[in-house]
Amino acid sequence: MQIVVNGETHDVDVDQNMPLLWVLRDELGILGPKFGCGIAMCGACTVHIDGRPMRSCSLPIGVVSGEVTTIEGLGTPGALHAVQEAWVEHQVAQCGYCQSGQIMSAAALLARVPEPTDEDIDIAMNGNLCRCGTYPRIRAAIHAAAGKLREA
Amino acid sequence: MGKLKKIARRSFLIGSVAIAGGVAFGYWRYKTPYKNPLLDELAEGEAALTPYVRIDADGIGIIVPRAEMGQGVTTTLAALVAEELDVALEDINVEHGPASRAYYNAAALEEGLPGIAAATDEGWLARNARGFVHVPAKFLGMQITGGSSSVPDGYVKMRVAGAAARHALVAAAAERLGVDRESLRTEDGRVISADGSSLAYTELAAAAADVDLPDEPELKDPSEWRLLGRSQPRVDVLAKSTGTAEYAIDVTLPNMLFATVRMNPRLGGGMNGYDATRAESMPGVERIIPFEDGVAVVATNTWHAFQAAQAIDCDWGDAPYPATSAEMMEAVRNSFDRDYRDSRFRNDGDVETALIEADVVEAEYRAPFLAHATMEPMNAAAWYRDGRLDVWAGSQLPTQVYALAEEILGLDEKDVDVHVPYMGGGFGRRAEFDFIAQAILVAQAMEGTPIKLTWTREEDMTHDFYRPAAMARFRAAVADGMPVACDLELASLSVIASQMGRIGLPVPGPDVSIVQAAWDQPYSIPNYRVTGYRTPAMLPVSSWRSVGASQNGFFHECMLDEIAHAAGADPLEMRVQLMNHEPSREVLRAVAEMADWGAPLPEGHGRGVAFVMSFGVPAAEIIEVADTGNGLRIVKVWAAVDVGIALDQRNLEAQVQSGVNFGLAAAMMGEVTVRDGEVEQTNFHNYNSIRINQAPPIEVRVLENGNHIRGIGEPGLPPAAPALVNAIFAATGDRIRELPLSKFVRFV
Ligand code: FES
Ligand code: FES
Repeated sequence: MQIVVNGETHDVDVDQNMPLLWVLRDELGILGPKFGCGIAMCGACTVHIDGRPMRSCSLPIGVVSGEVTTIEGLGTPGALHAVQEAWVEHQVAQCGYCQSGQIMSAAALLARVPEPTDEDIDIAMNGNLCRCGTYPRIRAAIHAAAGKLREA
Repeated sequence: MGKLKKIARRSFLIGSVAIAGGVAFGYWRYKTPYKNPLLDELAEGEAALTPYVRIDADGIGIIVPRAEMGQGVTTTLAALVAEELDVALEDINVEHGPASRAYYNAAALEEGLPGIAAATDEGWLARNARGFVHVPAKFLGMQITGGSSSVPDGYVKMRVAGAAARHALVAAAAERLGVDRESLRTEDGRVISADGSSLAYTELAAAAADVDLPDEPELKDPSEWRLLGRSQPRVDVLAKSTGTAEYAIDVTLPNMLFATVRMNPRLGGGMNGYDATRAESMPGVERIIPFEDGVAVVATNTWHAFQAAQAIDCDWGDAPYPATSAEMMEAVRNSFDRDYRDSRFRNDGDVETALIEADVVEAEYRAPFLAHATMEPMNAAAWYRDGRLDVWAGSQLPTQVYALAEEILGLDEKDVDVHVPYMGGGFGRRAEFDFIAQAILVAQAMEGTPIKLTWTREEDMTHDFYRPAAMARFRAAVADGMPVACDLELASLSVIASQMGRIGLPVPGPDVSIVQAAWDQPYSIPNYRVTGYRTPAMLPVSSWRSVGASQNGFFHECMLDEIAHAAGADPLEMRVQLMNHEPSREVLRAVAEMADWGAPLPEGHGRGVAFVMSFGVPAAEIIEVADTGNGLRIVKVWAAVDVGIALDQRNLEAQVQSGVNFGLAAAMMGEVTVRDGEVEQTNFHNYNSIRINQAPPIEVRVLENGNHIRGIGEPGLPPAAPALVNAIFAATGDRIRELPLSKFVRFV
């Protein structure tokens, strides 16, 4: 079967039930999406499918029809997405392990709600666990990214 | 090999050595019994140097010997070297040092030694006792990241290495230019002469190796600091914001296979037998490998390995401990007994007499077992080939991997390479090495093929080394608005005994962690006694962020709140009055000012305060909660800490916020329970953590009144639980004496 990840088409020959996360990580070597829980409870594996945030650990590859974007496709160290810029400026990451997922959820939120309230953030982001407790900076960085996107 | 140059300091040597095309500066050791990771070519009997700085034609590298698990230590340690060396952080390569015993950590052991001295004790005995600790640290050669010790340990070492390097580079330039070294200055990786011409460090590196080093390289006065004392961008932040930071779980090796394990959930119970018939025929499965107490599956994809592991029928042995956590808690309770007495480091006045005839306030508190639940589940990669072993693992104690390689494969240290990538959280869990041993065993069975072994979250949650369950009892008497007597008894399983048992070391004397942050608090109460009781081993336990302070802060500070209430005193003012340590008093005053303590609050709101000194850091927190009618909301947290010298305010703030959230998560909802010998919590649906919608704003102030530099990875945590519990009492009148709070109240 074929999947499109970050604009590139890949042929993959795997069990239809294999979650997208493990196709990305172990078959395609796309390692930005992280494994945290496997049951859609932590958000570390969040990717976009046609722009919508999805937990790739709980999504069998057989049902993926849209285009997949991972953190690698959102922006790169040389060409950051506005959300990533805000993340760097606010020095959000600690261990960093949850942050791919946080950034993907935040980018999807801002694409839908350009000026999110704190409550919008609470609702969109509470599926993304951060055991390092970086929440105050995540919130600040989302507001800052919203400002950047408005100006852009 | 050129001759070695060295600087002897009280507890360490810094030196330089020539390397191919350049020079390295670092920790120096003569006739080292340990392998030196970057200078393998040294002949036997020659001195060896384990570098902090390496300069050659290609550039300047700073090697940081502590693990980055989120605390920002890579950046701060690199900045210590860069400051003295006069280079910009963005112009250097920062590498994580390989596992080497030469990177021993003396500061970490100071806290762990039984009952030597409270951090505030500056008497000569205390100072000398702390000094002696350097000896066993060197002896053990423990390259440990933990105990909030990395910055205190590196504060002098790393700066001396940088200063020594700068000295040698200037001397080499002076010689090359035929000028006086006094006429030269350094800036941005170059030596600059009076006429404005300059030489890059990289050009001078080879010559610098021949320079004799001064006895005491002069360190900059803090007023001249350009990097230290200012917030630096974290060196890992770009990678961690773009999904490009490599964790052990991301390690990719040629033709690698993927593995997982399924171990007895009755921890340490062994395996009577197993049937893998079904698993063997599942797609992608390459090999099933039995261990003593479980099985490993090797497959072509981690998910295949997960699926197959679940399909194995295992006949597990019985748990070597009581079947339920309720029985374990009963055992903790039963250990309040002379036979289990472990320590009595504080025994001021005469508590027994003072409590006769007094109106006694008394209560009993309990705290549950907790899991570490790092975001990145346990995992490690290993490759055993041609008599050599490579291991990639997020480890807070990487030198221990050598012992494992010797035990399992009979390999000598020189045939083992340990790589330590970024860690997706540590919190003490990665000071254990069960998962690394498993990866080595699988690599052995799969000789020639690299493997990456990843645990499921379920395996991680149910095979932790937990924060011990603990209980406290106190009796106190008050008079004239102040406590006059206070008898605190603490009982828990022993972290140190559990850990030392796993690395085969005896525990000499009491386990200070049982009473940590309770016996050593800077309060003067005329009759004041703290007794520790050691519960016999049950569930395996380990260091959990802030160790004993994680429960004892809760016990001690809720006790003081109860005392203040009984005495009719303001709980913050009473603490200030009781304090015998000025920097501690200052953090309380600071937090009171930040929160405007005493100001009238809206209806249904309440505030609690707590102070805990741990790892030498006085930390005071105020928490405000609101009773919404529909549940409790944490409105805000104010925190003030004193680290002696604040090298990077922004990172210190992040660490305090992190500690507060970690402490709040545990207090609100953290609990590990056991049934039929198995831990019942398996994933984040039943071992949840604080999420953004519940996480309060946290305002932080960092003070610098203490006279030692201190680390901050842990001290922000312990006051969070008691401040929250005391706030709930203030808001609702309900005094909760058991965690987690979710058993008694609802949070919105
Ligand atoms: S790994 Fe997918 S939500 Fe946790
Ligand atoms: S930064 Fe460590 S889990 Fe979020």
